[in-house]
Amino acid sequence: MKTFRLLLFTAVFVIAIAVTSAGAVTEIQWWHAHGGRLGEKVNAIAAGFNKMQNKYKVIATYKGSYPDTMTAGIAAFRSKSPPHILQVFEVGTASMMAAKGAIKPVYEVMEESGVPWDSNAYLPTVTGYYTTPDGRMLSMPFNSSTPVLYYNVEAFKKAGLDPDKPPKTWAEVGEYCKKLVKAGYPAGFSTAWISWIHIENFSAWHNVPIGTKANGFGGLDTEYTYNSPLHVKHIGQLADWQKEKIFIYGGRRNLGNAKFSSEEVAMYTESSAGYAGFKKTCKFPFRTSMLPYWPDAPGAPQNTIIGGASLWVMAGHSPEAYKGVATFFSYLSSPAVQADWHQFTGYLPITLDAYHLTRGQGFYEQNPEMETALKQMTLNKPTENSRGLRFGNYVQVRDINYGELEAIFAGKKNAKQGLDDAVAAGNKLLRKFEQANR
Amino acid sequence: MEKRVVFNNKVLPYLLVAPQIIITLVFFIWPASQALYQSVLQEDAFGLSSTFVGLANFAYIFTDDAYLNSIVVTAIFSFSVAAIAMCTALLLAVMADRVIRGATTYKTLIIWPYAVAPVVAAVLWYFLFNPTVGIVAFYLEIIGYNWNHTLNGGQALFLVIIAAAWREISYNFLFFLAGLQAIPRSFIEAAAIDGASPGKRFWTVVFPLLSPTVFFLIVVNIVYAFFDTFGVIHAITEGGPNDATNILVFKVYHDGFLSLDLGGSAAQSVILMIIVISLTVMQFRYIERRVHY
Repeated sequence: MKTFRLLLFTAVFVIAIAVTSAGAVTEIQWWHAHGGRLGEKVNAIAAGFNKMQNKYKVIATYKGSYPDTMTAGIAAFRSKSPPHILQVFEVGTASMMAAKGAIKPVYEVMEESGVPWDSNAYLPTVTGYYTTPDGRMLSMPFNSSTPVLYYNVEAFKKAGLDPDKPPKTWAEVGEYCKKLVKAGYPAGFSTAWISWIHIENFSAWHNVPIGTKANGFGGLDTEYTYNSPLHVKHIGQLADWQKEKIFIYGGRRNLGNAKFSSEEVAMYTESSAGYAGFKKTCKFPFRTSMLPYWPDAPGAPQNTIIGGASLWVMAGHSPEAYKGVATFFSYLSSPAVQADWHQFTGYLPITLDAYHLTRGQGFYEQNPEMETALKQMTLNKPTENSRGLRFGNYVQVRDINYGELEAIFAGKKNAKQGLDDAVAAGNKLLRKFEQANR
Repeated sequence: MEKRVVFNNKVLPYLLVAPQIIITLVFFIWPASQALYQSVLQEDAFGLSSTFVGLANFAYIFTDDAYLNSIVVTAIFSFSVAAIAMCTALLLAVMADRVIRGATTYKTLIIWPYAVAPVVAAVLWYFLFNPTVGIVAFYLEIIGYNWNHTLNGGQALFLVIIAAAWREISYNFLFFLAGLQAIPRSFIEAAAIDGASPGKRFWTVVFPLLSPTVFFLIVVNIVYAFFDTFGVIHAITEGGPNDATNILVFKVYHDGFLSLDLGGSAAQSVILMIIVISLTVMQFRYIERRVHY
């Protein structure tokens, strides 16, 4: 059934391509996953590029959610009509990398095209996620964000806390939350994207591995290690904190965001890209600070890792089209485009130049909250543990983590047992991926 | 003299059934065969490497706790949805059958939910019970009941069952009402004259005569609970928390489309296909024997 639907879908696409590619300009198909206002911004970027030159025309098409977009791209590849550029979310990175015949690495595209390009211009913590162990860029980072701590300034004042001194450590978070609950808040803090923030970023921030082989960068025979004593301590602490209402689980993904905006909690860990949303929904002043850490962990604080998506170039197109893709990527990475994207969306700029340009424009003086993420990302030179992660079938592992964490928070398992089970189930999927991509 | 219309054309009958045959081939037989074929392969998402693995995908599934859990969840879910939807609908239909004034209004109102798309219905229930902003969750909180279906598996399962059954009540109601109205009044009156109480009349006269409808609705409801409730799960819980609402059809979608595990997903859909075929066969062979047409 699904195969058929995918085929039908791609058949329509093939016809569309055939009809539209008759002109002299080379068309570049760009499939992305941004709806709403972000989608308009994506269209504006494509339009800006099309206006600037007349040899290529980038056509940006919205394909639904991240998984939808990735599935559409894969289906298109299987029916031999892939788009030129496909946006894939960060957890799909390993799957894309392993698909050697399906993609064309970005460094190859750029080198072959002759378009001037310097891979060192990019923020290392952003590109680190998308490069080979020897530093060659496989996909072009596009929208990247990192988790930060949001806190309600009014609530802090009400509870007698200093808004200029947000909690630095998890122990402080506990103390602050007790005061907040005493001041009448239903609960202290909650979180979005719990696997991303409290397992993946938690590991990077404390400089401990998520898995062996440099978080999977070193090979497919990696195994998860996020059931270490430090992880167990943190997750166990969250579970314990539920009793005193210091912590409350908000559901999967960022479904718990309403807890912060409706003042059910006064602190919240969420992506830096959630800033615009909170700006719209919160009727109180709030600020951001770096993620808390456990000071007894020797490596903390290290630096956090990104989430978001990158642009992959699909195989099977003409050299002329690839030249167009390279030209477009060069435009996309230009400081003006990047700075605008960063300031508009709250996503991180991908180049240092864009960061400096934004700072030069005085943007951070007016929006100091937007710089927290950047400071946190660039706090230290990334280590093997804080460069990112590269695990096959990771989409499923996120779900396993959600499930096990839910079991822990519901009191069905203790933290050690839950994380052990998650790691065991995850390792099974890693072996399956290893077998399929031998 | 009997008049019979006879078509002598040899081709025409085939032409007339052709559209149906083609639709069945294209939309059922072909995809089903593809699923069978994929279920014995271990393939990466892009189809770049594909290995024949025999029944390894099935072996993996049946040793996977998540899948075994999903079978149990599906059984509880389907049975509850069918039971709730049918019992409530029957009760409403019996009541509506007796109403004399304003009957049309009642009927219209009861049938209404069927016009609501499953996903929309699901979102409405989701908002009612949302632990943070939901009105029902809010009142439950006031009476001291802590509602949080994002964490409590039992509550989550309850919520999706209610949301899935709610819409199906209207559909069942329609059939039960039609069934009730097809029962000749004289049977019931005769029983009443013999001194049977309303309850006795229902169980000994009405219900047996209603059995074809009940049988039909059991089949339809089970199939509905197995497949059409995808939207409800997708919109409310996405299978969580901790797989408490991860029914088989949602797991097939999840593993195939989100996790891109095509072989495993295909194997699951083959199993699902077998379950549904055997359920239907069982229903027709054993339950139907007890039905009076």
